[in-house]
Amino acid sequence: MPENRPLIEVKDLKEYFMINTGLLRSKPLKAVDGVSFSIQKGETLGLVGESGCGKTTVGRTILHLYKPTGGEIWYDGKQIRTKADIREFRKKATMVFQDPYSSLNPRMTVSDIIGEPLDVHNLCKTKAERQDRILELMDYVGLNSEHAARYAHEFSGGQRQRIGIARALAVDPDFIVCDEPVSALDVSIQAQVINMFDDLQEKLGLTYLFIAHDLLVVRHISDRIAVMYLGHMVELASAGEIYDHPLHPYSQSLLSAVPVPDPQVARANKRIVLSGDIPSPLNAPSGCPFRTRCRYACDKCAESMPPFEEVSAGHFVACHRVAEVN
Amino acid sequence: MALLEVSHLKTSFFTDAGEVKAVNDVSFSLERGKVLGIVGESGSGKSVTAYSILQILAGTGKIVGGSVKLDGQELVGAGEKVMKTVRGNRISIIFQDPMTSLNPTYTIGRQLMEAILLHTNRNRKEAYDRAVEMLRLVNINEPEKRMKQYPFEHSGGMRQRVMIAMALACEPDILIADEPTTALDVTIQAQILELMGQLQKELGMAIIMITHDLGVVAQMCDEVVVMYAGSICEQGTADEIFYHPRHEYTKGLMRSIPTADTAGKKLQPITGTPIDLLNLPKGCPFAPRCDNAMKICIQQRADRMQINEGHAAACWMNVKQGLADGTLTLGEEGGDTDA
Repeated sequence: MPENRPLIEVKDLKEYFMINTGLLRSKPLKAVDGVSFSIQKGETLGLVGESGCGKTTVGRTILHLYKPTGGEIWYDGKQIRTKADIREFRKKATMVFQDPYSSLNPRMTVSDIIGEPLDVHNLCKTKAERQDRILELMDYVGLNSEHAARYAHEFSGGQRQRIGIARALAVDPDFIVCDEPVSALDVSIQAQVINMFDDLQEKLGLTYLFIAHDLLVVRHISDRIAVMYLGHMVELASAGEIYDHPLHPYSQSLLSAVPVPDPQVARANKRIVLSGDIPSPLNAPSGCPFRTRCRYACDKCAESMPPFEEVSAGHFVACHRVAEVN
Repeated sequence: MALLEVSHLKTSFFTDAGEVKAVNDVSFSLERGKVLGIVGESGSGKSVTAYSILQILAGTGKIVGGSVKLDGQELVGAGEKVMKTVRGNRISIIFQDPMTSLNPTYTIGRQLMEAILLHTNRNRKEAYDRAVEMLRLVNINEPEKRMKQYPFEHSGGMRQRVMIAMALACEPDILIADEPTTALDVTIQAQILELMGQLQKELGMAIIMITHDLGVVAQMCDEVVVMYAGSICEQGTADEIFYHPRHEYTKGLMRSIPTADTAGKKLQPITGTPIDLLNLPKGCPFAPRCDNAMKICIQQRADRMQINEGHAAACWMNVKQGLADGTLTLGEEGGDTDA
């Protein structure tokens, strides 16, 4: 159960990538543009949005895989600033990647893959200790000890993802960024891995940032959910609240677009189908990023970015017309 | 007569490691104007079934048995000449990945017109007009401008629309959609599914929708075929499959999807790992992962059992249940077991 103490705090995080737009000319691509949130200890925060909305960049920037362009990241009441801070932080915060095929080195055995973080951070003094730790980690994720000497290609997608999770657990972290960890898996395997994330959280007291585009999976696993659009956070609330009462027009259409695995509900469902595509973050619209696809957009939406405000307890939304829309 | 009748279709891939029975005795029929969903996980043979219908299998793949009849005409063994009149004309296909299924070096217009010129008697001017009309039909703005552009200038959703336009340009009787929205975001997926549903009604074509997403099936399909390890384990109307599944695999699939009710609870996954098609067990292919597997499941594969008019399943549990209910007595195995 989440404790009432933030483990991760992100304040006005910005991540711009410089893109060459011509000879000697470049332009910032604002992948993440001023995002703030916190994650309580033991909590799972779901982060959803379409491709290109910046959700993966948020995860990677928190871990300093990208150097933040602006903003602050606090871990357990302490701001991460220097290289030494980052090095310490990475013993406490790790990542599980989306693609279990390309995120494991094909030339390393399972025990080397899982053991690498232990070597990098000098966490094991003797070879025997290292071996015991590797076997313990494999046991956590439901792999047999005889798998240790094999290579990643010998495993199915679900088992590879287990190897990736064991590697993330190696440094005994408090916080794991899970970047689409189940989207490459078949439905029947997906449920196994989701349950494993649940079990590990209970057993090891982990805190997750769970990034995914599958909204059914996110609702299942998350305590709170944040919705992103074009580098901005547009809504944040508890999982139940966001599904039952989404307030932002984008969240509303995103949720109504999810195909429900129930024929009668699906036939009766009134979908809000958005027209057009997500705009390029290189040419983001002025004001509210969603206004070009929004049914309720007015002049004010083009003029200024709506503030991210708390409209009811724990429910934040960034929309000028939130009162009229709902 | 059904528009498409697939019976006892068997397709194998002959690899160095041995024969892989990718499609193993698959039968179904498709009526005009209906949407049939084929669901299953990776390696279940759903795409290979579609490729077998069109005979566009990779080099090592071969249809080794069964028949595919289009309007009564046998396609298996009919020869390449006949298939050329079928592909694109009568049965079209759209693929999962709209990024790689268009040629990056040709304009959208040239690729669309190629399909039209090849399959119809139109001249270049008429083909151009038809291509523009098709782009307009799939809701692409400024189609004349788009005709001159290359695939990289289009987003994923737009490319999939172009693929649909191309597939529908010759007004096929059947559109096979192989995971058409898997690579797309949900809001774009909703656009594409709505477009497909609307075109299907307007043009009266039949669709075979291949997907692993049960949500897409629930939204689009009249009939559903559930595949596992190359065989059909259950088939029936969408309502029957979703509300009264009669195969342990289908039941497991339905249980393992997260829903509003599972929040905060544990999911009930299907245990084990997918099957190795090179080493198919003697009995039911799902038996090694089935929680309710009985002795007979390991020894002998269950035949297709008709449950009611619109529902059939190949699972011994139905016999067990039929015997327990008294709706079935020994000696008439495979007979009706009231739903």
